[in-house]
Amino acid sequence: MTPGRRLLGYLLRYRRSFVVGFLCVIATASIGLASPWVLKHAVDDLHAGATADKFRFYAAALLGLAAAGGVFRFLMRRIIIGASRGIEYDLRNDFFAHLQRLDLGYFQRHRTGDLMSRATSDLSAVRSMVGPAVMYTATTSLTFVVALMLMISIDAWLTIIALVPLPFVTASVRYFGEAIHRRSEAIQQQLSEISAITQEMLSGVRVVRAYGQEPFEIERFRASNEVYFTRNRGLIRLQGVFNPIMGLLMGTSALLVLWLGSREVVAGRMTVGELVAFNAYLAMLAWPMIAFGWVTSLIQRGMASWKRMLEVFDTGPAVTDADATDAIPDVAAIRGEIEFRHLTLAFGDRVVLHDISATLPAGTTTAIVGGTGSGKSTLLSVLPRLHNPPPGTVFIDGVDVRHIRLAVLRGAIGFVPQEPFLFGASLSENIAFGWSQPPQDPDGVESAAAIARLDTDVRDFPKGYDTVIGERGITLSGGQKQRTAIARALAVDPKILVLDDALSAVDTYTEEEILRRLQGVMRQRTSLIVSHRISTARGADQILVLSGGRIVERGTHDDLVTRNGVYAELHRKQLLEEELAAS
Amino acid sequence: MHDEEVLGKAYDARLMRRLLEYLRPYRRQVGVAIAAIIGHSIFELAPPYLTKLVIDEYIPAGDLSGLGAVAVLFLVTLAGSFALEYVQTWTMQMTGQRIMFDLRMQVYRHLQRLDLRYYDRNPVGRLMTRVTTDVDVLNELFTSGVVSVFGDVFTLVGIMGVLIWLDWRLALIAFSVLPLIALITQWFRRHVRDSYRTVRTWIARINAYLQERITGMATVQLFRREARDFVEFDAIDRRHRDANVDSIFYYAVFYPAIELVSALAVALIIWIGGGWVLENTLTLGSLVAFIMYAQRFFRPIQDMSEKFNVLQGAMASSERIFALLDTPVEIVSGGSAPRNVDAASRNPPYVRRPGPSGSGDSPAAGPGAIAFENVTFAYVEGEPVLKDVSFRVEPGQRVALVGATGSGKTTIVNLLLRFYDVQQGRITIDGVDIRQMDLRELRSCVGLVLQDVHLFSGTIAGNIRLGNEDISDEAVRRAAEAVHAAGFIDRLPQGMATPVAERGATLSVGQKQLLSFARALAFDPRVLILDEATSSVDTETELLIRDALKVVMHGRTTIAIAHRLSTIQDMDRILVLHKGRLRESGTHQELLAQRGIYHRLYELQFQDRSAA
Ligand SMILES: Nc1ncnc2c1ncn2[C@@H]1O[C@H](COP(=O)(O)OP(=O)(O)OP(=O)(O)O)[C@@H](O)[C@H]1O
Ligand SMILES: Nc1ncnc2c1ncn2[C@@H]1O[C@H](COP(=O)(O)OP(=O)(O)OP(=O)(O)O)[C@@H](O)[C@H]1O
Ligand SMILES: [Mg+2]
Ligand SMILES: [Mg+2]
Repeated sequence: MTPGRRLLGYLLRYRRSFVVGFLCVIATASIGLASPWVLKHAVDDLHAGATADKFRFYAAALLGLAAAGGVFRFLMRRIIIGASRGIEYDLRNDFFAHLQRLDLGYFQRHRTGDLMSRATSDLSAVRSMVGPAVMYTATTSLTFVVALMLMISIDAWLTIIALVPLPFVTASVRYFGEAIHRRSEAIQQQLSEISAITQEMLSGVRVVRAYGQEPFEIERFRASNEVYFTRNRGLIRLQGVFNPIMGLLMGTSALLVLWLGSREVVAGRMTVGELVAFNAYLAMLAWPMIAFGWVTSLIQRGMASWKRMLEVFDTGPAVTDADATDAIPDVAAIRGEIEFRHLTLAFGDRVVLHDISATLPAGTTTAIVGGTGSGKSTLLSVLPRLHNPPPGTVFIDGVDVRHIRLAVLRGAIGFVPQEPFLFGASLSENIAFGWSQPPQDPDGVESAAAIARLDTDVRDFPKGYDTVIGERGITLSGGQKQRTAIARALAVDPKILVLDDALSAVDTYTEEEILRRLQGVMRQRTSLIVSHRISTARGADQILVLSGGRIVERGTHDDLVTRNGVYAELHRKQLLEEELAAS
Repeated sequence: MHDEEVLGKAYDARLMRRLLEYLRPYRRQVGVAIAAIIGHSIFELAPPYLTKLVIDEYIPAGDLSGLGAVAVLFLVTLAGSFALEYVQTWTMQMTGQRIMFDLRMQVYRHLQRLDLRYYDRNPVGRLMTRVTTDVDVLNELFTSGVVSVFGDVFTLVGIMGVLIWLDWRLALIAFSVLPLIALITQWFRRHVRDSYRTVRTWIARINAYLQERITGMATVQLFRREARDFVEFDAIDRRHRDANVDSIFYYAVFYPAIELVSALAVALIIWIGGGWVLENTLTLGSLVAFIMYAQRFFRPIQDMSEKFNVLQGAMASSERIFALLDTPVEIVSGGSAPRNVDAASRNPPYVRRPGPSGSGDSPAAGPGAIAFENVTFAYVEGEPVLKDVSFRVEPGQRVALVGATGSGKTTIVNLLLRFYDVQQGRITIDGVDIRQMDLRELRSCVGLVLQDVHLFSGTIAGNIRLGNEDISDEAVRRAAEAVHAAGFIDRLPQGMATPVAERGATLSVGQKQLLSFARALAFDPRVLILDEATSSVDTETELLIRDALKVVMHGRTTIAIAHRLSTIQDMDRILVLHKGRLRESGTHQELLAQRGIYHRLYELQFQDRSAA
């Protein structure tokens, strides 16, 4: 489907508005033509002989026409521009809904500021195209046709002469239109860049401050801003020529008519009156022509932006329910047995997981240990399909995760990411994030918080669970953030609990407390725990040791310690540390 | 209510004056544009006159060569009008762009100075709105509004003169509707401004919501929040639409209303003037001519009302931009540094390179003794997070901060770097209150590994040296080696030049932490602050780093925060923080001997391990 066609789909949703709007356009234009006509009659009649009644009649008629015209003009704007706001709203909602379906990889490849720019600045250019541009196109073409008919009624030959510049109009619209399109695209792209730079600076503001990078950031922004400026200059140069060109071509028409027309008059083939009237109608064309140039720019900008939005719309989500079957109909049907079968995963040509095979019986706890960058988080991420595993490699209860509907799959998993992401809302809303309803009963929130040992901290907050935390939870301490994320995962009462190094920012005492409380919780669930600390891994039913994306050892703590491999070495080092300290 | 109105006007005038300030550096261009626009309107008058000339003189005379001459003249005016319009568009639009440039730079610069407290309260998306779309709205004002108003005023005054000259009584009748126009304009201003304000508020909300949800999309998806989020987003989006539709209502009423008033004036002229014609106090010819001119009189008024609409939109966003620019900065360099937006940055000329920033070029040469003296601090008034904390760190000493989560360790770091200012007590470096120091100097002598790792999009090397070109490739490499990040970096496809995604999303968390650690070392600071710098790093790497650090830390004052006691026990001194108070202080052995909090923490970890 062409971009225009796709947009048409949105316009059609408002077809009633557009039809009524066009009727109003016609009414407005007709009334607009009628009032000079009334005025002309008034003046003629007054010349012929004035009476008080006539004066009053014409005064009233003018007022009446103006009032009627006003009403239609009001309706026209209200309806058509209103519809364009409706389209904007639909488009933005669809855009957001589309983003929600895209996979994690997409967001890693695209910058937040860029996506935001498409959802706001580009969208507003599209809106200007579907609203004002559509409205003015309708008004101007109508005026154009009417004026043309009037002109033909006077003198067809002169009309043709008046239209001589028309091919130039078409040619310049095509030439400038294309150029405007290209440059607008470049401009919008740069605006995206500005938006992305700003977004990154703002979210990394602490690093910027701590390292005194302000001048550098300002310089970077200036460079980007300058490119934006330069690109705009290119567009302005075009528009500076394009807009007056319409006036110029229009003037050429008038000139030709005046010159050739007056020769006709001199030659006696036309009366002066006709020439005057013809000129008057030609003048009616002036505004539509100029508006035409303006509308062309709006449309070209709009289309350039629309294509940028389509780039996002056209990216199909990589993780979908396409292969879903009803093997597992709902969350309650999940027992929680997990199996990895020869799982190999690569990002581009970087293979991160090699031939991983493991079975995690339902209700057991599996610990995953391994060096930095060994692939632990990646292994966890394929379970809820944040990254899509290849078909036939990851199974829950014997069913390929790709065959389980995402809502069911993710509903069964309570996930504590390694870097918890919290939202700028109250603590209770954050903890109850996975609920289908906003939190009503405080018990669920509080019991989850108690297991995560967040309760003691919250007791010190004057507003308790209603404390609103800043964006990304910046007003919480590192450990508080992590524990909120744990509580959030527990609050959904998951069949499968995934903790990715979820206790790295809490002190030993708290860690111990949490682990103790978790034991009760984990008894009925399949749990996967990533940790660098032997103390956390020790109690697991099974320990997987990852290195360079492969499982190099597996077994229980005792097995592994006696095996004298990587794990035993790790154990020895951690013990040694303590003993050194104790000495 | 009346008072409020007056206040509103004064307020608008102030806002407008402040906006016009931005035109000041470009007064030459503005002058040119105004001259062009006036010239253009004069040229526009020529064609009707030429037509009259042709009809009255050349056609009756049958003078074909005269017709040719008029045609040439006509062509000249066309060319002239084309040129002038080009000049006007070009100068005005360019000026608009320059002003946007200046304004963006000014907002961005101010964002670099605003207190972190401000960032705690304001979502990133909202601040982005100020830099992007809010500034864009203002552009329209400068490009389409301000200058053409001069043209309109020019025409208006001219026509008013003609009207009075034709017949002053009728002129008065025509002018009698002006108060009505003023009333309508008042009404319009009040309502449309409100709805534009609402529009700006909601667009900021949209941005804030988008920003947060896009960055947190994985969490949203993991917790199946798509449907609920969509409902939330829909509500914001809808409010934005409704506010816009609201503003459409006002201006859709406004234009026809002005038109109606002008029709009213014409009707009045016909009615009353007609009466005078009947009484023979006015000739019919004058009445007809008057009606013709009266219609012209309202065209510029309608034109201006269109500009007025643009102006209202611009005012609504300028309020927001100015509110940001007026947000006072509390934390500024000590001494004579200004407390608010300095005059120089208020209206920066286009493309001005930043001068040497402050006096922070030479890093302070002192030894680096840090002292907290009775420091009390609260993020939120009345809820102190640190209570009466005092300690000293001698130059070159290595000190560890331990304590339960939420006990205030990161806060101490925040205060030391003056991300926030203490409320009571003081912090000194080498005896100087840090509030007296140059901010950049203070921060340049500290290398900080933040607990919340942040990487920028760019390259690996770019993330280590940031914008500091003085840090050589070797220094970057050395820093990476010291934290044992070099191994994984070398395995990346392009090594140090490997692209890093936004926030380093394609790296493992431990890898990110190592990079942020390397960054601190690369800056070769006198004071090193490690806030949980190795919390996500595996034990083996951590041990290697610890060894490497023994060399690196030598001679540097170091403050390390760690939960894993094993990582800090060979520090010179350990400070134990508990609920915002400094409870214990001493070496590892001393603290163990004290049998206090540290001992308990330690026992726990140790027992735990030995039980294994
Ligand atoms: N910007 C802020 N605004 C308001 N309160 C804050 C802010 N930052 C931290 N706090 C609160 O201050 C207290 C101390 O936080 P701090 O970050 O200093 O703890 P911490 O000792 O570093 O803990 P952790 O070990 O968990 O990182 C916490 O209760 C936290 O909620
Ligand atoms: N989206 C991605 N694209 C490319 N490479 C990636 C991506 N995500 C992760 N990697 C790489 O895959 C490897 C494994 O990363 P992963 O996050 O799984 O490590 P990890 O074992 O969790 O490490 P850590 O202990 O530091 O958290 C790393 O080398 C990382 O750089
Ligand atoms: Mg990880
Ligand atoms: Mg902290």
